[in-house]
Amino acid sequence: MSRSLLLRGGRVVDPSQKLDAKRDVLLVDGKVATVRAKLDAPENARVVECAGLVVTPGLIDVHVHLREPGEEHKETIATGAAAAAAGGFTAVCAMPNTDPPIDDPAAVGFVAAEGRRAGSARVYPVGCISAGRDGKRLALIGEMVEAGAVAVTDDGNPVMDSGLMRTALEYALAFGIPVADHPEDLGLSLTGHMNEGIVATRLGLPGKPNAAEDIHIVRDLLLAELTGGHIHLQHVSTRFGVESIRQAKARGVHVTAEATPHHLVLTHDAVIGYRTDAKMNPPLRAAEDMAAVRAGLADGTLDSVATDHAPHHYDEKEAAFAEAPNGIVGLETALGIMLTRVVGEGVIDLPTLVERMSCAPARAFNLPGGTLAEGSPADVTVFDPKETWVVDPRAFLSKSRNTPFTGWELTGRPKLTVVAGRIVFGDDEARPRRRRGER
Amino acid sequence: MPAKKRIHVMDEADVRREIARMAREIVECNGGIAGLVLMGVHRRGTQIADLLLKEIEQIGGGPVSYGSIDITLYRDDLGTIGPRPVVGESELPASGIDGQTVVLVDDVAYTGRTMRAAINELSDWGRPRRIQFCVLVDRGGRELPIQPDFVGRAVTVAKDQRVEVYVPELDGKLGVELRTVEPEAA
Amino acid sequence: MTPTPAALGKDLVGLQYLSADQLRTILDTAEPFKEISERRIKKVPVLRGKTIVNLFFEASTRTRISFEFAEKRLSADTVNIVAAGSSISKGETLVDTARNLEAMRIDMVVMRHPASGAAQFLADRIPSNVVNAGDGRHEHPTQGLLDLLTIRDRMGRVEGLKVCIVGDILHSRVARSNIYGLLTLGAEVAVCGPPTLMPPAVQELGVQVFTRVEEAIEWSDVLNVLRLQLERMEAGYVPSLREYNRIWGVSNARLEAAKKDLLVLHPGPMNRGVEIDSDVADGPRSVILDQVTNGVAVRMAVLYLLAGGQPERAEAAKQGGGDA
Repeated sequence: MSRSLLLRGGRVVDPSQKLDAKRDVLLVDGKVATVRAKLDAPENARVVECAGLVVTPGLIDVHVHLREPGEEHKETIATGAAAAAAGGFTAVCAMPNTDPPIDDPAAVGFVAAEGRRAGSARVYPVGCISAGRDGKRLALIGEMVEAGAVAVTDDGNPVMDSGLMRTALEYALAFGIPVADHPEDLGLSLTGHMNEGIVATRLGLPGKPNAAEDIHIVRDLLLAELTGGHIHLQHVSTRFGVESIRQAKARGVHVTAEATPHHLVLTHDAVIGYRTDAKMNPPLRAAEDMAAVRAGLADGTLDSVATDHAPHHYDEKEAAFAEAPNGIVGLETALGIMLTRVVGEGVIDLPTLVERMSCAPARAFNLPGGTLAEGSPADVTVFDPKETWVVDPRAFLSKSRNTPFTGWELTGRPKLTVVAGRIVFGDDEARPRRRRGER
Repeated sequence: MPAKKRIHVMDEADVRREIARMAREIVECNGGIAGLVLMGVHRRGTQIADLLLKEIEQIGGGPVSYGSIDITLYRDDLGTIGPRPVVGESELPASGIDGQTVVLVDDVAYTGRTMRAAINELSDWGRPRRIQFCVLVDRGGRELPIQPDFVGRAVTVAKDQRVEVYVPELDGKLGVELRTVEPEAA
Repeated sequence: MTPTPAALGKDLVGLQYLSADQLRTILDTAEPFKEISERRIKKVPVLRGKTIVNLFFEASTRTRISFEFAEKRLSADTVNIVAAGSSISKGETLVDTARNLEAMRIDMVVMRHPASGAAQFLADRIPSNVVNAGDGRHEHPTQGLLDLLTIRDRMGRVEGLKVCIVGDILHSRVARSNIYGLLTLGAEVAVCGPPTLMPPAVQELGVQVFTRVEEAIEWSDVLNVLRLQLERMEAGYVPSLREYNRIWGVSNARLEAAKKDLLVLHPGPMNRGVEIDSDVADGPRSVILDQVTNGVAVRMAVLYLLAGGQPERAEAAKQGGGDA
């Protein structure tokens, strides 16, 4: 087990305990031991001075693509976990749209084992809803949960068959896991490359209308209501989608939902000039949609921030817009973007940010963490709310560089990431131990 | 264009006198006006050619074919000075130029490059029996071995001086001046 | 009559960002070029020694031939690469194409490509001048220019005219270039066609929308009739070509309600009996052949203006700077 660690004198923000005060945090044996105003360091403990820094429960990203197995030239579980740690995340949920897809217990076990070996941020596998992600019949959901899957999704593909979606929501009830959906009606959006609207019209690019997303959001909400299952709606980007979720939550439907940093700060104008680094799915929408996503984040309709970290090799994005793949990396810019452009612009305050990036995601996916309550896992994020830095993708630990935020000046930067009491990012002793058995 | 100094070279009477003289020379040299074609070089060459034409028709006692030529697309300096967005139109005389004596008329003779371009262009248009060259002012400074056949006035001009030929259609007066120009404006 | 400095930038990617002055400069320059095509020797030496590659990733005989005539009449050396269906379009990425062109030290590339944005992509990556000969649904600037020239020649102006583009606006790069150019020069612009073939939010381009062609005809001084691709019917945008002709086809019967001097343009190739009836195409209002003639002159003007050799811009492009 790791050495005891004392984080001294930081501003501890832990919405799970309604705590926002200067505290010392002592981590012992991989657990939070004590959080007090003044603590003496036990013998042997390592002390990290955190004056001027913010100390929070470890950030959790329930939506990342780590590309392993199959596309290791874009990212591996190890590089993705390291990028997560560098971005202040102590845990990530790995989407199953790999090659082959994560649709059986052996594949789930592989992701979990590679995650442990990486020895960085925790990596939780997410399994497929349907075998082979082909949207036809259920994958081995029960066995995958036994092997460590924390949720199921066919992300990348929506579940087009409403009957299958109903079955998945019902079946998953037995295991208490969320069914996550990428809401998109492909009949309306398959040929599209960006948001449908004036920008797409000017650029001569076929668009994806809001309705493509709205229809599936509403469908999923109705099916969750019908079945009593837990629907988790991924990367919500439309005003009508946000409003529908708001109403469903008021009716008591078991729904959780994500907002991505990019849908909170960018609109489809970012695509002008055929910027493939602004190409993602769902696409960047109109300003009214961005405003609605912000409002949804503020009132908790969208309870979790998730990056949809989607690495692509540079030469795949170096292409004509229609030929470039969807997605951007997000792990290493998320916190800075959220602090600068979402908290900084007064959309939410700092405790709400921690709620949306740590507490709520932990609850949504039933993950350990999301709190600094005594006895909980010693997963902690420490960041400097004042440090100003410029996004330089060359410095990313991720294998990929596809970000629309290159050159952005951000204020607020991760300084220390602690997983199970061990520093995995933020000092030189913390080089991830790769290819070794234990944590 | 900042001008330091203007030096008078020719007034209207001088210009008209020299044009009348050149008209006589052209008619004499070609033994009349048969087969004669006058072509002004854009832009001010065409106005000089118009004046010349009237004189020649008076002397010759009959109509003389005329046309104009724009050498913009035959210049050899596109790569260095960039394109000139204003490209003029060339106008072939009604009689054509094959087998004719074409007198090219320009306002000023300088490096010879305009004459070279005009001769090239004429060769693309047809096969004149003979090409002659007539200018109102020869300022010297040739960079090519081409000389005018008829010269109104030869002047010695410093590098930083420009010969300004004024014609009524464009400048409201007829005359020639030397202007000293700032080096960067040259 | 002072020459405009840097009349165009390094490239002609589209008409969207050209000013009225730039558009007028191109049209004014095209005028004298028309006369060159009337000469016995239809050639001037202005682009002698320049190498131009016509790189066509889509088959387009007329645009390519028009460019080729323009290039040859300016004495450029030309190479045609028709890549549609060949190995270059399949295996090679646009980046590799760009690098290969750069390595061959060519002066200009005229490119047709099925992907919107392909011309900008290439222009940002090579120091040569790039002329967009049509990129996906984005723009076809020389077609827009030749339409402007044809309208200006026949009507004596563009400003204040009511021009309606009829047909498949959704998939049309010709429509977009026309809309930008016409609006910049002060025309009123409308579009007309089946709602399934209208781009989303098209009004935000600053155009009026007619659903019925009868209304469009009554309103217009100029009709620009677009080709209806057979594939549109196959893809279900319109139920049948016959129905399209009945409802949106431009016929002499419909033109009876038009202004007396209404002009009819068509970028070609025509589907006679679909979007336009033969008696209109061959009738007195049609300026379709003028468009073809003007196409060569406009392309000569564009090539000439771009060829001005501006090494500092080329250098910037080479370093990835791009040229807006």
